[in-house]
Amino acid sequence: MAYLELQGIHKHFGTVHTIRGIDLKIQQGEFVVFVGPSGCGKSTLLRLIAGLEVITDGSLTLDGRDITDAPSSKRDLAMVFQSYALYPHMSVYDNMSFALRLAKADPAVIREKVERAAKILNLTPYLQRTPKELSGGQRQRVAIGRAIVRSPKVFLFDEPLSNLDAALRGQTRVEIARLHRELGATTIYVTHDQVEAMTLADRVVVLRDGVIEQVGTPLELYDRPANQFVAQFIGTPQMNVVAAAQVPQLEDVCGLPVPAGGYVGLRPENLTLTAVGQGQFSGKVELVEALGAETLVYVSTEGGAQLVARQSTRTSLQAGHTVGVAVDADAAHLFDAQGRVTRTGASAALAGAA
Amino acid sequence: MARPAKFPLALVVRTVAAWAVTLLLFFPLGWLMLTAFKTEMQAIHVPPQFIFTPTLENFREVQVRSDYLLYAKNSVITSVLSTLLGLLLAAPAAYSMAFFRSKRTRDILMWMLSTKMMPAVGALVPIYVLAQQASLLDTQLALIIVFTLSNLPIMVWMLYSHFKDIPPEILEAARMDGATLWQEARLVLLPLGMGGLASTGLLCLVLSWNEAFWSLNLSSAKAGTLATLIASYSSPEGLFWAKLSAASLLAIAPIVVFGWFSQKQLVQGLTFGAVK
Repeated sequence: MAYLELQGIHKHFGTVHTIRGIDLKIQQGEFVVFVGPSGCGKSTLLRLIAGLEVITDGSLTLDGRDITDAPSSKRDLAMVFQSYALYPHMSVYDNMSFALRLAKADPAVIREKVERAAKILNLTPYLQRTPKELSGGQRQRVAIGRAIVRSPKVFLFDEPLSNLDAALRGQTRVEIARLHRELGATTIYVTHDQVEAMTLADRVVVLRDGVIEQVGTPLELYDRPANQFVAQFIGTPQMNVVAAAQVPQLEDVCGLPVPAGGYVGLRPENLTLTAVGQGQFSGKVELVEALGAETLVYVSTEGGAQLVARQSTRTSLQAGHTVGVAVDADAAHLFDAQGRVTRTGASAALAGAA
Repeated sequence: MARPAKFPLALVVRTVAAWAVTLLLFFPLGWLMLTAFKTEMQAIHVPPQFIFTPTLENFREVQVRSDYLLYAKNSVITSVLSTLLGLLLAAPAAYSMAFFRSKRTRDILMWMLSTKMMPAVGALVPIYVLAQQASLLDTQLALIIVFTLSNLPIMVWMLYSHFKDIPPEILEAARMDGATLWQEARLVLLPLGMGGLASTGLLCLVLSWNEAFWSLNLSSAKAGTLATLIASYSSPEGLFWAKLSAASLLAIAPIVVFGWFSQKQLVQGLTFGAVK
């Protein structure tokens, strides 16, 4: 039986139906990431689990107990907020021990737990400071520390890294991954950043407009997206999805069985730029992004389709050049007119393993 | 090339204007203080006397003729208790409006404030009759209830704007940490909202202390506040300026001293939200 189970969860805000029937099972110790564009309902879903919003319909079970209508304080969950939400009038020590003090834990136990958490998070020198004397990264660590001293059943993270600068974000991401490995705690993590989702998650839940588009491991989503939305949401730069009619060579030359009015999806790494005349079709270089380790080349075709090719070598191509485009047809994903996948491409990894 | 003037014209004008306004506002109070230490003859002397031998006779007479301490006690009891009662009622209202907003929150706030737009005398007859029916005329309780009710809209409004500046996630974090509603209020909301509660309380204390309309109409000898004491010196035997001034000075002195010490909180409370 699942540790945390969501069954038919709905949420209405007045006349607005934000969450439209979510069914999800989360196993103990799993790191699950909710990801999706803004407004997809991922934060609302987290707040429903936290009990900060009332569930309109459906049920929520945690460790065998129905907590659908339980108040937040009785759910035994800990949450890390985007804004950190530290208690500004308390020291770091008091912030971290607040929950245990409320639970009337033995002072010696409280001290030991707070000190251990502070040590894990490198906060020991700051225990007597107040939050406003800390940097953003330190505040974030206090917020995480406040959650871990409680040993809750589930950790909830609501976009915890979005207030940090890029360098600190990468560093804290690694730290969260390490913490999860060490503590093995069940975690639900909300983000709009698919890189965070891919790097942290055991399983990713992709949400759009209040419904789950797909659930799977990061690589499953990358290799076998269930639809065009997931295909384009996961991966940077995003998958090239072109209407088959725009690049007729995909059907004519590559022989891809595209459904009527359908689309072809190609990861940037499945396109190879060649000399003119080679490859299945040709295109004009619009832009070259040389990132050092890899190079992204933006190409437009005669039919007006925009494609990105990624290569791990450097290039002498420049905007305006004409190039041939070679497509790895086996890797192409095919979608019908509604965006549902009809054929999943064979990924390089799978092909290599075979 | 001319150096910039040491005292630019604008600064001079502003300083003079500020002093003029201050003196204008202070004059009645200053005059009251002078008159309180004059004899009745000196008080009505024309031209007014600025130099005279001060006397404490008026104060003695006020205490002898009417029991100053009784009125002072009534003022303290009614203003302090009505302020505490008001805070007790206004804080939960402001909490729910600030942290659990609905589409109607703004309308409710406006409606509460609109009750202050009606002249108090419009409600005099019904309230007088209610007080009479309940046998509450000339009791401290009647004044406490009426003061509370008349200050409540302002208190809710002020506390609401203070609470609105507290990030709601902090309260949510407390809930996630296992705090019950009462613990959340006591351990998180109260310390964070202390400034707002203090300035709201101070303002309402001053407003209740200075309240005259209801205390004149609902109380007399037993529950009368200092406002009624002053009024009693203005009518029957004609005007006794010196004694009236002494009574007034005695009535306002406590609150002026109190206001002086708490002016920082008062100003902060009144301008909160306006300057931020």
